[in-house]
Amino acid sequence: MHEQMPAGVMITEIVEETPSIRTFVFDRKIAARPGQFVMVWVPGVDEIPMGLSSPSSITVQKVGDATAALFAMHEGDRIGIRGPYGNGFSVSGRTLAIGGGVGASPLLPLVAAGQVDTFLLGARTASELLFTDRIRGAAALMIATDDGTAGHHGFVTELISRVDLADFDHICICGPEVMMAAVLAILDREGCTERGQFSINRYMKCGVGLCGSCCTDPHGLRVCRDGPVFSGDVLLDSEFGHYARDASGSRRRV
Amino acid sequence: MVALYPGPIEVGGIRLRNHLLLAAGILGTTGASLARILANGAGGVVTKSIGPSPKEGHPGPCLVVVDGGIINAMGLPNPSAAFVEELAALQSEPVIVSIFGGTPEEFRTVAGWFAGKASGLELNLSCPHAEGYGAAIGSDPALVEECTRAVASLGVPTWVKLTPNVANIAEIGAAAERGGADAIVAINTVKAMRISTALRRPVLGNRFGGLSGKAIFPVAVRCVYDLYEACSIPIVGCGGISTADNVVEMMMAGASAVEIGSAVVDDIGIFAAIVNDLYNPDGIDADEIVGCAHA
Repeated sequence: MHEQMPAGVMITEIVEETPSIRTFVFDRKIAARPGQFVMVWVPGVDEIPMGLSSPSSITVQKVGDATAALFAMHEGDRIGIRGPYGNGFSVSGRTLAIGGGVGASPLLPLVAAGQVDTFLLGARTASELLFTDRIRGAAALMIATDDGTAGHHGFVTELISRVDLADFDHICICGPEVMMAAVLAILDREGCTERGQFSINRYMKCGVGLCGSCCTDPHGLRVCRDGPVFSGDVLLDSEFGHYARDASGSRRRV
Repeated sequence: MVALYPGPIEVGGIRLRNHLLLAAGILGTTGASLARILANGAGGVVTKSIGPSPKEGHPGPCLVVVDGGIINAMGLPNPSAAFVEELAALQSEPVIVSIFGGTPEEFRTVAGWFAGKASGLELNLSCPHAEGYGAAIGSDPALVEECTRAVASLGVPTWVKLTPNVANIAEIGAAAERGGADAIVAINTVKAMRISTALRRPVLGNRFGGLSGKAIFPVAVRCVYDLYEACSIPIVGCGGISTADNVVEMMMAGASAVEIGSAVVDDIGIFAAIVNDLYNPDGIDADEIVGCAHA
């Protein structure tokens, strides 16, 4: 394997997408497939895996120390990026995308590549809906909000009954694990789990498939290397939707 | 190249399916990942190092891939006693639990959790980047002897993994042997560092870490060679092994078995690939080559 030192990149633009989500654009294009991720080094704080929302951006929600430190950064500041890593989405024919909250972010490159026909987008409330304008220009967009301030009043999973799953060759999903598990249950009921591609999130330290911190039960699959995108049938009867591991490797309910 | 006769072997009190083990710290955090590597052809597996209390490890970056190797500073993340249940499904498998502690008493406590629940224990007296643990103990012969004795007295097969970051590794190996070790594992990673020129600071969150991979293979061969001269217990070679020929070379230096870690970064099927190249029903007994380079 060739050297993979983190590339130092400069933040050139910070876009406030929603009250809790920002896009950080940097001065380097990363050749990646939709759904691949990078390890983002926030100097002096930590390094975290982030999906790419474009070849030169990550879209981030403030959830912990590293993301809080990112939110305190300004245009002109430098961070480190290594990658791209992971497998990404693999689609052909007609594709349905289902995104919840900041989970819409790794699905955006699929939209930008013209590979999404219909996009089901969910958020807690109208102001937290991500990328609506960009999705609307490229795909049929259906919206759900938990509080009913836009689109369907309820969960994004409830929009699935309004489309015909048989119309789609691939169903790409990213969002909170509870939401994704609900989608998996629907695909299972409809007998099409193998058409689902779930981008899953686990604690990662190395990003290159060595340390084992992101391995899932029962197959020992590495989310960083064998994933982060897994076919729905692989996730059936797995830890997915039940538990994940923290930095020490201890199990925690999702 | 020399081909070996296939089949189970015994090294340092532990029965293995072949001469190749997964090294500590690689894909060893869960029972499922260890089972995957066993299914992929490893003769045995060593777990992530388990210590007296849960640890989250160092802040990232924790690992960087460099030319010819990998530098890591994980910081011994582990779930501690909770790991016992990870191994429940692997009871009859060749699983060795890597353990660490800050004192002989802590080593004995952790060893006690796994006694009778694993094939053996490997004492991490060699991690180069965890203050108060690992190499901090492993570079003091008296402490090495004491920690080894504290665990070996439980009657469990006890392997001791040594650091190359000492002036005289043979002296440390001899101390482990005096303490009752059943085998010595050599080597752990070599202290190393890289600096990001763009960010003008060390890449790793811990600033420095340990180098593994092909770059350290010659260092490992030299250490195994020295230990073979100084000790009479079996040696398990570790450090940069990525081919069947590397295995044979390590054996000729004096190793009775080998551990493989960083090579997994290129191919998680590395064990099956090496097994395919190394063994042949017409092959020789490994005893014919172990230490033959000393003649």
